[in-house]
Amino acid sequence: MTHANASLDDSIFAQELATIRVLVTRDLVRFFREKTRVVGALLQPLIFWLVIGSGMSSTFRLPGSEHVSYLEYFYPGVMIMVVLFTAIFTTMSVIEDRHSGFLQAVLVAPGSRVSVVLGKCLGSAAVALSQGTLFLLLAPLAGFRLGDILWLPLLSGLVLTCLALCTVGFAVAWWLDSTAGYHVVMSLLLLPLWILSGAMFPGRAGTWLGAIVSANPMSYAVSSVRRGLYGASLPAGMLPAGRSPWLEVLVLLGFVVAATLAAVNVCQRRR
Amino acid sequence: MADAVLDSEVVSRPASYAAPVSGFAPARGTLLEIADLSHTFGHVRVLDGLSLRLARGEIFGLLGPNGCGKSTTLRVLTGLLLPDAGELFLSGKSVAPGGRELRKRIGVVFQSSSLDQRLSARENLGLFATLQRLPAASAKLRIADALEFAQLQERADDPVTQLSGGMKRRLELARALLHEPALLLLDEPTTGLDEPSFRRTWQRIVGLRERTQLSVLLTTHRADEAARCDRVAIMDRGRCMALDTPEALIAQVAGDVLTLELRALDDLPTTLETLRRLFALEARELAGKVVVECERGHELIPRLVEALPPGSVRSLSMHRPTLADVFVKLTGRSLGTDTDVAGV
Repeated sequence: MTHANASLDDSIFAQELATIRVLVTRDLVRFFREKTRVVGALLQPLIFWLVIGSGMSSTFRLPGSEHVSYLEYFYPGVMIMVVLFTAIFTTMSVIEDRHSGFLQAVLVAPGSRVSVVLGKCLGSAAVALSQGTLFLLLAPLAGFRLGDILWLPLLSGLVLTCLALCTVGFAVAWWLDSTAGYHVVMSLLLLPLWILSGAMFPGRAGTWLGAIVSANPMSYAVSSVRRGLYGASLPAGMLPAGRSPWLEVLVLLGFVVAATLAAVNVCQRRR
Repeated sequence: MADAVLDSEVVSRPASYAAPVSGFAPARGTLLEIADLSHTFGHVRVLDGLSLRLARGEIFGLLGPNGCGKSTTLRVLTGLLLPDAGELFLSGKSVAPGGRELRKRIGVVFQSSSLDQRLSARENLGLFATLQRLPAASAKLRIADALEFAQLQERADDPVTQLSGGMKRRLELARALLHEPALLLLDEPTTGLDEPSFRRTWQRIVGLRERTQLSVLLTTHRADEAARCDRVAIMDRGRCMALDTPEALIAQVAGDVLTLELRALDDLPTTLETLRRLFALEARELAGKVVVECERGHELIPRLVEALPPGSVRSLSMHRPTLADVFVKLTGRSLGTDTDVAGV
């Protein structure tokens, strides 16, 4: 009896893994097949980085670390922006997939809805991570030394950020079911979070901006990327007060868990 | 033969249907039993105690206008919608609506395409082979068979966007059959197809059933399509109005159906009255025309024209009854008009 149960559990587990695998593979294959999307998702933040970065460079002074150029300061924020844009593009496909019927066919297959959420979010996150990593190739141009980079903290921060943003995107996309509405919500929700994350300007402690930054989960993503990129040579005043690597991981992990719960909840509803 | 008829007996559901549904075992040969399915959207009862049994190897049609509940029935069977009430039995065993057990055994072709348009035919089949957990070796064989079935061997590696409408429909069907389901669900399978494609689709469905003993449940609003099924449930406002073989259903309507188009719509009430009074015929109005069921229509026509005021009839036609006429008889409405969901 226990043996039969074990093999049943095993087959259900394998079924769920298969569902997740299909959705992840599909997202990756589709993304890399469309060269314009790969280039577009990189080019837009790149232009943004160069234009805003050079424009602001004459006025920007980081208190305590005056030698840091704005292009350098802005770079980790733009990396998060690359991830954010990719997350928005890839999870928007949930709406297309529901309308085109592909998702219906997946939902009707034996896998559970939880696996559909996980598969779609992991697939989008894999695409976002690929884009973020591609952007990382420009780090030396921004003045970062590849030898300084602490890869484990950097990548764990990036991975968690990709997961969190893609899962939020999935939940919103499934909930709204309209591309127009999706754009509105995402630009009202995620873009302000990004702007107020310390990506563009540091929020000094004790100011209203500082308070927003410390409550904003996206700022922990930016911090973790900054920390990873600089490694031991992290300039003073670069991170908001009171940040530690563990706190950053913990906040991002909490963000991922909360977003996943929301996404699973939204996806379980059957209209 | 008598057995087969018994097996596929209708579970008629009068209002007093109070027997514990889970208590009785479905007859031998029944693949799927739907018992007392109900669902409400807002204030609209889209499914109102629907019960039916589907025999193994049977092609079963749900016939009705848009909004009659036939697509909702499919959504419940596929788990896309959880019903408010009702039970499902697969081979006599109770299965949870939306549960994995049922989903494992069904193949579905939706009304709209469910293929990934950017991937090739082979890649699409590959994804679904994984979703259905076919072992790699047999998946390869089945995909090759599916491509052959869909007549797409030459185009297997082209993106689906580049395939014609007919090719896509064939690929959808091949995809739905990849895991050899016991039950194939088809939602309006021939909508938008021209006559030759319609006939070919049906040859395919019938051929499949003959080879594999697959059961097919399909929805349609076309009387001629429903007439090709082994049995048909005529649905209206979430209920099964009648369930039988197409021949038996059509036999409910008298020998001929006459349709009169009048010159002036104002004459409708008096014409209906005349027909009822003089000929004792059950005449009804349908979309501005007068419809009469009668025996020996060819003999009635001259007498009928004589009896009406000269020049009042613009046209008069006679046809053998179809399932569309059965629908009119049962519901008083035409199959072509959508059920007014909002107003119910």
